[in-house]
Amino acid sequence: MGKTLAEKILSEHSGTDASAGKLVVSQVNLVFLQDTTGPLTVRQFEAAGFKKLADPQKTVLFIDHAAPSPNSEMADDHQFLRQFAQKTGAIITEVGDGVCHQLVNETLARPGDVIVGADSHTVTAGGVGSFATGMGSTDIAVAMGLGKTWFRVPETIRVIANGQFSPGVYAKDLILHLIGKIGAEGASYRALEFGGETVAGMSIGGRLTVANMAVEAGAKVGLFPSDRTTEAFLKSRGRENDYRALSPDPDAAYQETITIDASRLEPTVSQPHTVDNTALAKELKGTQVRQVFIGTCTNGRLEDLAIAASLLRGRKRHPHTRLIITPASREIMLAAMEAGYIQIFLQAGGLILPPGCGPCLGLHQGALGRGEACLSTANRNFKGRMGNPEAFVYLASPATAAATAIRGEITDPREVM
Amino acid sequence: MLKGRAFKFGDDISTDHIVPGRLAHLRSNLPELAKHVLEDADPTFAARVKPKDFIVAGKNFGQGSSREHAPLVIKMAGVSAILARSVARIFFRNAINQGLPVLICDTSRIADGDELAVDLKEGLIIDKTSRQELSFNPIPGVMLKILDEGGLIPYIQKHGDLKFESGAEERQ
Repeated sequence: MGKTLAEKILSEHSGTDASAGKLVVSQVNLVFLQDTTGPLTVRQFEAAGFKKLADPQKTVLFIDHAAPSPNSEMADDHQFLRQFAQKTGAIITEVGDGVCHQLVNETLARPGDVIVGADSHTVTAGGVGSFATGMGSTDIAVAMGLGKTWFRVPETIRVIANGQFSPGVYAKDLILHLIGKIGAEGASYRALEFGGETVAGMSIGGRLTVANMAVEAGAKVGLFPSDRTTEAFLKSRGRENDYRALSPDPDAAYQETITIDASRLEPTVSQPHTVDNTALAKELKGTQVRQVFIGTCTNGRLEDLAIAASLLRGRKRHPHTRLIITPASREIMLAAMEAGYIQIFLQAGGLILPPGCGPCLGLHQGALGRGEACLSTANRNFKGRMGNPEAFVYLASPATAAATAIRGEITDPREVM
Repeated sequence: MLKGRAFKFGDDISTDHIVPGRLAHLRSNLPELAKHVLEDADPTFAARVKPKDFIVAGKNFGQGSSREHAPLVIKMAGVSAILARSVARIFFRNAINQGLPVLICDTSRIADGDELAVDLKEGLIIDKTSRQELSFNPIPGVMLKILDEGGLIPYIQKHGDLKFESGAEERQ
């Protein structure tokens, strides 16, 4: 019988005939952690008795979540990670380099790889065809020491999207729509595998956005086939040798197939306090928003900033609405400067934060006040997410975010395009 | 046999409810972080929970972040097991890796404050307050092997490797 993408990749990495429901011990191509999960990972690595990394060149420590450090405790954690990198030869990034998931995709992830990271949004690399998933510190510590981990091979839900997005609708709206439809547990323990003509025409940036949020439906991975778009992306990064074509077998067995007509989608928003609590942007008109945040591993890429800049050009943010932009990596920030986007954001009354996770997880740089609402391009809106359990977080595309910044209330971007 | 009191929580308790990002600076100071366990779901929980008590939750407990500090501070509070209608994937692995049992069962039948007894080997939960018995889904085999050693670190200390056989059928 044919194999899904998940079954193919896990078969290769376990040396077995991996089919859904089986246990496999899989080799990993890349292991990483970040500064809020990393210190515990290092302590677990040492507690397990490991003396060295299975492969230092495949182990990366990212300083991105609290970068630069907002306090002495996080500064100590950063030092601790730097010392571990020096001792073991692991690769380490510095403050301002960017978000781990963006850097992984720019520089390391390859189609067909198995990647594990101590961050739930490790799934992002599914956009370039990697079987990539988030784990806790102990699992990552063991993967760092042994170069392998265990998986239960997931059943796969195939998501087929056909048709072209209408103007003002993006990959973010597709994934928010899907999560709203199947729920926060709709793909629990399973793989989501994307296909169809919308996906074939989708940029790598859009694919990364969709894969990034697979975990918000509970999925273990969100996998895209590796095709000419993937090849062109890798080539543009000087990584053409990392390319391989990868697609599911035509007779692969799926637990379920969900079909979406992308041409009928409209700008979509997740409302507080769960990601699956979706509505259309136009239905939320009148909802006051005090802060708009554009960035993160979900939507901090150049094409996201380009969309926001196209709406904000020559306009001002609403006087009651703060506008925060955080490019996902230094390279994106440089490109956004060269393209004039940064100037547009500043002229619109926005502020630019250094590349990194920014205010997404509420530990610094833009925590919310009591009762305030923020519209963010990030991936989570749980109670307390942006630093205050009495605040409200809405999730949407960069276009909806820019339109909302202009009007000061949740706005369908088609109203200002 | 584990014995303790039920602390009831609703659906969709995220890792942000358990250990929010705003407390990330306390993650290398676990005793201090543990004082805030589940603060955004129930600010009184940390003061009221006693060793051996149970967390009894609805669906999708532990959704969200991969932060293992979430099950870790629950364990530090002395909780002997988490009973939930369903649990998020990463949290499930993390809890087992910390040696904290997670039992999937119909928690709607358990009320806050009920006195419970749990027999892990027999797969049985006895609600002594409402005088009823509940069963829970068997823990997946690989997780049971980790749990039997007290977590993944003790497992690795003992075996030095992941001694699991690829190809075995595994339940979800």
